Amino acid sequence: MHAINYEAPKTLKDAVALLAQHGEKGRPLCGGTDLIIQLRAGVRRPDYVVDVKKIPELNQITFDLQKGLRLGAAVPTIQIYENADLLRYFPGLTEAAHLIGSNQIQSRASVGGNLCNGSPAADTTPALIALGAKCRVAGPKGERIVAAENFCTAPGRTVLQPNEILVEFQIPVPAPHSSDAYLRFIPRNEMDIAVVGVGASVTLDLEEDRFTDARIALAAVGPTPIFASKASEALEGKRIDAATIDRACKLAVEQSSPIDDMRGTAEFRRHLVGVLTRRTLAIAIERARMV
Amino acid sequence: MDKKTVVETTINGEQMEFLCEPRQSLLEVLRDVLGMTGSKEGCLTGDCGACTVLVDGRAVCSCLMLGVEAEGHKIETVEGLAQGSKLHPLQQKFLENASLQCGICTPGFLMSAKALLDDNPHPSEAEIRYALAGNLCRCTGYDKIVHAVLEASKASTSKAA
Repeated sequence: MHAINYEAPKTLKDAVALLAQHGEKGRPLCGGTDLIIQLRAGVRRPDYVVDVKKIPELNQITFDLQKGLRLGAAVPTIQIYENADLLRYFPGLTEAAHLIGSNQIQSRASVGGNLCNGSPAADTTPALIALGAKCRVAGPKGERIVAAENFCTAPGRTVLQPNEILVEFQIPVPAPHSSDAYLRFIPRNEMDIAVVGVGASVTLDLEEDRFTDARIALAAVGPTPIFASKASEALEGKRIDAATIDRACKLAVEQSSPIDDMRGTAEFRRHLVGVLTRRTLAIAIERARMV
Repeated sequence: MDKKTVVETTINGEQMEFLCEPRQSLLEVLRDVLGMTGSKEGCLTGDCGACTVLVDGRAVCSCLMLGVEAEGHKIETVEGLAQGSKLHPLQQKFLENASLQCGICTPGFLMSAKALLDDNPHPSEAEIRYALAGNLCRCTGYDKIVHAVLEASKASTSKAA
């Protein structure tokens, strides 16, 4: 690894000031499970590594039934899985976070890091998009909110400027009869990168047996995670039946743009988008019926 | 640039201080600075788990943590498992079950298994396999490792009884 300077600011204000000072020469460090590998490989060569794990806003989970969820960007995924509120109200996001890597990775890796790394195959991004998550970003000129589906711009690239830092995710309290789910396909049992991932969130009108709201998002089938807006709109207001779900699956496949690579062919991935969309919707619907 | 930093931490219950460059991983610090070569270098990408240590009770790949990040935390390594000449139940069961051949993955497996049993003293076989998914073994085929962890979990019960 090239020589680096290490800083560990204790406040958001200090972190923003440091990153503003360093610009392109600085990079935030959360769990390090992506960054340290990149540093070693010379893929990223910042002079300054700014450890954000001592900043309160990035390292806490707050949830209440009025304000919803504030998930700090640097919270290790194991803490998400151990949190009763998140397990109950956001099971899809929780299972997506829990799929990343191994126990060793879970102790360190964060949802914020997963998003900021900008991989189109990131497991938590479709779950965030499905939940309509907003990303709170802080910089020298102030703060801004970016919708999760707009965060990634190209493989490995995000809207984050060098002097900006992702603080937390803001997710509203789920409406009654809402739930989410995330599934991915990998060749092994654990540890792999998604060949295809699908996150879905639904809100149901149980009296009329219709979808009030639905959001579907896809991983690893495009240059960025994809919000399958057409598939999502195709569900809203419709009866919960096989024909409606079929249509949504077809539209999700149409909105995907996978490539052939070592993890799978484009044809196989398109097939998987349809299968996983159907399955995640089924799980989300079943969960939503019970709350 | 890259000034050496003094880091204060607790390793295997002992308060320690070491000097390292920010670019040195915790694995490098343990092996090259502190001479604690029990933790092994396998892949340096967090895939094989040979470098697994416990940080505040949680299994972590020490190759993916900077030495400077250890400040203020509690680190446990394989060197801390045995109490003098008395082996940890996991070590004893690994020996009895022939759960190692070349032994390079073993420290990592022991630490992952310890993290599991400290948190879940009576795991099912499925839970054991899942918890050890981040540790790779080229020699044994895993079965004897899983068996050893199962037996160690039962051995602890009978000791307490």
